[in-house]
This record gives sequence, C-alpha cells and structure tokens, in this order.
Amino acid sequence: MDTNSTVTATASPKSLGVALLLTLLLGPIGLLYATVMGGVVLLVADLIALFVFLAAAPVGILLFVAVQIAAVIWAIKALTSQNAELLGQLPPGVATALAKLGLVTVGESERKAVTFGDPEAATGGLLWSIVSVVLIFALWSLAVRLELASPIFMPPPTEVLGQFITVATDGFRGFTLWEHLGISLYRLLVGFFFGCLLGIPIGFAMGLSKIMRGFFDPIVEFMRPIPPLALIPLSIIWLGIGNASKIFLLFLAALWIMVLAARSGVQSIRISKIHAAYTLGASKQQLLLKVVLPNALPEIFTGMRVAMGVCWGTLVAAELVGAEAGIGFMITVAGKYLETGLVFVGIIIIGIVGAAIDVAMRKAEARMIPWKGKA
Amino acid sequence: MASTLTIDAAGMIYKLPDGGEVEALKDVSFQLQSGEMLTVLGPSGCGKTTLLNLIAGFLMPTSGKAMFGGGDISGPGPERAKLEKLITGPSPERGMVFQQGALFEWMTVAENIGFGPSMKGVPRGEIAGIVNRYLDTVGLQGFGEKAIYELSGGMQQRVALARCLANEPELILMDEPLGALDALTREKMQSLILKIWDETKKTIILITHSVEEALLLGERLFVMAPRPGRIHKEYNLPFAKRGLIEDLREIKTGDKFVETREEILSMIWEMEEEIMGRQEAA
Ligand SMILES: Nc1ncnc2c1ncn2[C@@H]1O[C@H](COP(=O)(O)OP(=O)(O)O)[C@@H](O)[C@H]1O
Ligand SMILES: [Mg+2]
Repeated sequence: MDTNSTVTATASPKSLGVALLLTLLLGPIGLLYATVMGGVVLLVADLIALFVFLAAAPVGILLFVAVQIAAVIWAIKALTSQNAELLGQLPPGVATALAKLGLVTVGESERKAVTFGDPEAATGGLLWSIVSVVLIFALWSLAVRLELASPIFMPPPTEVLGQFITVATDGFRGFTLWEHLGISLYRLLVGFFFGCLLGIPIGFAMGLSKIMRGFFDPIVEFMRPIPPLALIPLSIIWLGIGNASKIFLLFLAALWIMVLAARSGVQSIRISKIHAAYTLGASKQQLLLKVVLPNALPEIFTGMRVAMGVCWGTLVAAELVGAEAGIGFMITVAGKYLETGLVFVGIIIIGIVGAAIDVAMRKAEARMIPWKGKA
Repeated sequence: MASTLTIDAAGMIYKLPDGGEVEALKDVSFQLQSGEMLTVLGPSGCGKTTLLNLIAGFLMPTSGKAMFGGGDISGPGPERAKLEKLITGPSPERGMVFQQGALFEWMTVAENIGFGPSMKGVPRGEIAGIVNRYLDTVGLQGFGEKAIYELSGGMQQRVALARCLANEPELILMDEPLGALDALTREKMQSLILKIWDETKKTIILITHSVEEALLLGERLFVMAPRPGRIHKEYNLPFAKRGLIEDLREIKTGDKFVETREEILSMIWEMEEEIMGRQEAA
C-alpha cells in the first residue's frame, strides 16, 4: 500500500459546503462539525470576546467578527488539510485567494513532506499580517476603553482619525497635512537627487582610477562614519532652518552612500567581461557605457534604497530640531502642546511613507534590473 | 601555409606582493599554422591560462615574443577572440553576487552576439542577419530574445561561442570552455566545436583538463609541465580529422586512442605526484 492511498483512506467524507454553511450560521458551534478542537478553541475565544464586550462594546463586537472569520478559515483549513482535493470544490479564484492569504498551499509545495526549516514554507502569511494589524487596533482600543492610560499618553483611535481629518482639511500652523508632507518629500527628493548626481560619478571615478581613488579615499572614509544627524547643528548654522539646510543635509547623507555603492559596483566586475569587451572591439567609452555602467547598476540601486531610507530618517530628525514646516516639524510642535493625537498621525504617516518609498524602489529595481541575483 | 601565430622563447614571471616570484612560463616556443587546432593539457598551475592571456594580448611576456600574422601582439584585438571558462554559481570574489563568466547579463542573447559588430558600427539591419546566422551555427535558433540568466550553462557557452564567431576572429582561444558542463552536454559541445572548426577554418587553441577532450579535438596536443610552466611533450594526432566523419564514441574506444590516453594520463599523474611531494617537503 503506498502513502497516497493511506491519505485517501483517512480522508474525511465531510462536505466543505456543509461545513462552511454551518460555520457561517453558527460560528464556533458550527465549526464543531469540521473540527472539534477548532470549535472548542473558538468558543473560548467567543467567551473572552463577551467579557470584552461588557467592558468596551465596540471592541467586543470587533472581536466577535474576528472570531467568526477565524471560524470560517479554520473550517476550510481543517477540511482541506485532510483532503487536498476538497480545494477543487471551491469556486475558481477562491483557492488562489486562500493560498495568497497563506491558508492553503497549492502547487508543488503542496506535497512537500519537509516544511519546518524550509524558507519557502515561511512565506506568504498575509492572513497573519491582517491578524496582527487588527490585534494592535483591538488592544489599543481596549487599553483606552479600560482607561489604562490617560488620553494624553494614549488617545483613542477615533481621536487620531479625527485629528487626521482636521489637519488634512484645515491644516496645522499654516499648512495642511499634505503640504507638510509635500514639503518633506520635496526636500527628500532634491537632497537625494543631488547626492546621486554627484555621488555616482565620484564612485565611478574612484572605481576606475588610482588617482581618484587615492584622492577621494580620505574624504569618504572620514565622512562616511559621521551620522548625518551629527551634522544638523552645522547645517543650521550655515544655512538656517529653511529648505536649504535640510536639502544640504540629505545631500550629504546620500552622497557617501552613493559614492561607495557606485565604487563597489564598478569594482565588482569580472575581469573576463572587460577582456571580452576589448576583444570584441569596444573603445574605452563604449566599455564604460555598455559594460561597466550596466554591471554596476544592481549595486547602485541597492545603494539608492539604503540612501533613501537613511535620508527619510535624517530628514524627519532634522525637521524635529529646527524647521518651519514639514512632517517632522508638525509632530514636534504637536508634542510641545501635548496634542498627542496629532503626534500619532505624524508617526503613522512617517511610517507609511517610508515603507511606501521602499516598496516603490524595490518594484522599480525588479523592473529595471531583472538580471539581479540570477545566475 | 602561412604561419599565423609565433611564440618565441616566451617567459612570464609574476612578481608577488611579498617579494617572491612565480615563473609561470619558461622558454615556450611554438608556431601555429592558420586553420590548425591545438589542444593544451597540464596540471593546474602550469601556466595554461597565462599562455592564452599572452596570446590574447591581456598580458605581456616578461621575456621572449608573441607574434600574430607578422606583427607583435601588444594588446587585445578583434582578430584574436578568447572564449572564457564558464562560471556558474556565486563568484568567489564577491559572496552574494551571481555572475556569468564573460557574457553581459543585462543584454539579450541577440545583443550579446551582436556586441562585436555593433561596436564597429555595423548597421542594425546587418547585425540582425549576423546574429541569426550565428544563432543557427551554434544551434540556438529562436533564442535571440531570451535573457542570459534564462539559459542553461551549455546554452550560455554556445552564446559565448557565437559572440566570438560573430566578430570574425582568425584565432579563437578557449580556456577550459566545457569544464563546467555535464558529460552529455559536453559531448555535444565537442562535436559542435569540431563542426565549427571544419566549417569556418578558424585557428583554435583549446585548453582542457580532460585528456579525452584534448585527444579528440586536437590535431596537435601539448602536455605542459609546471614550475616553471613549459611544454613537456607534443603530439600530432589524427582523431580530430576523423571526428568530422566518424562517431566520437567509436574513436574513443580505438586502440591508438586508448594507448595515447593512458600514456598522457600517467605522465600527468607523475607530475601531480611530484607537485604533492614538493608541497609536503616544503
Ligand atoms: N596574477 C598573478 N599573480 C601571481 N601569480 C599568478 C598570477 N596568475 C597566475 N599566477 C601563478 O602562475 C602560475 C600559472 O597560473 P595559470 O596560468 O593560471 O595556470 P593554469 O591555467 O595552468 O592553471 C600559477 O602558479 C599561478 O599561481
Ligand atoms: Mg587556468
């Protein structure tokens, strides 16, 4: 008897449709049909939700909904893990969506016997990302409801949302939220742009010429370990608290990173590529444009991602210290006047924008340098 | 027949950073006629790559002379193409970065093959024709628009070969070109190299670690010896010519082939033993 037939022999004869219907209607009680253990666990969860409901009604309702969703998911998971063919009973598209959430595995990994330790088995748990976000908001609301902390320390999510709408429409200190953000992004992009514009050619020169390498080495080696934040006072002394000082600071933050990235990109080339290009009749200029530059692109791009991250952090810090506008300025002033809700709005936006920039850079990288990391 | 390549008492001494010296080549002399196929065997470190780099013009000898077509070799040139070792997997110099040997992975297969002509300013339309012709020669019809990283090792080496050929060199230098390939692919590539040699009448020098490959492909064969690197023994062989008409497998099992193979194997075996002995003594 082979293993396949063992699996079918123990497969549950239960219907996925019945299980889903029962679970949708009865929640954890309906789930008992698909899995007794799941039903019991979620019944306990419902009990906890009931207590929470008594303390803070909206949070409790949220938890009830979450348990209901979990019950449906558990039903699918319990039945399909016993019998993968049940996946075929689902309408087309649903199985793929479930796979995306990380609930079921489809394709070749479906039959893998070794999963613990396999990096692939630890990817694509979108569902659990949703769970973690919901959980954070639930705990946050609960903490506020139970008055574990005063609103000065921890305003409720609703207040943060209200503050968000107010600054988005009415503004704060003469600028709307979008203008503050726009000013910050403008500084970021201009500083970063000039950092790249100067840094990449210097890196190339260092990678290609002994003289340039020797000349720039002490400057780069000295400047590189200085955290950009340490230069904030100097930038303010030299250029004041306006745009110029921020842009200068970001320019410096990006510059050294880009110099080093471009230099190592140039030097990462295999000598056989250079030899091939010359043998095939390339001039020095052609070699530079058609071989050295594209070869360095992957490392230049990695440098740009790092530089973007560093610049964003540096910018916010610089705006905290001295500025007249910008997202960092917004949260310092709000902090001074104990407008904690607004501080939260600022922090959340800084986080989201930072993450969005990185995602955008990664997307651009995948499009522009498809050969990266492939052999 | 005109002599195309002349190596005259060439020596190459590498100076090491610690002040020491390595005599990679000593007093190497030979001539190669146009259209000849030479294979070179020898234990690793006996100066094979150094010899090819001298001929390609990537290195200048510390003594003696290298001449091609009547002129001194003073740098790389389109008349002498080098087919590099195929390297797959992480490059030893840089941990994370995966790189092909000498192919440009930011270009398609067609762009790689057309690189030489496009550097010379050949019009686009003509380049497309050249590319198609050489895709055909190496058996990669229809692969022109593929990316390099989509190809297997054997296919990549075909692209590299096509890129060499598209530049119309007179002499092709191959440094262990089939070393990284599996046995089956390797056999196919050996036939391909013989076919190209026959059809294009190029002069070819091929370095290999495989005694069989050296015997099958070389009209002439040098066995080199290390420390200092030198030509230890030369053979003139009939197998390459026969390989154009006969089956390679049959040639390999012939008496003369087996006898020569065993002779060379024990020669190299002895050299390796000697190297080991010297290392232990040191
Ligand atoms: N750039 C170099 N600097 C110093 N020594 C070298 C260099 N290149 C090769 N050698 C030495 O020269 C000898 C011959 O090397 P090489 O031509 O690569 O041999 P093979 O290709 O036959 O293995 C070896 O001992 C090697 O260590
Ligand atoms: Mg070698």
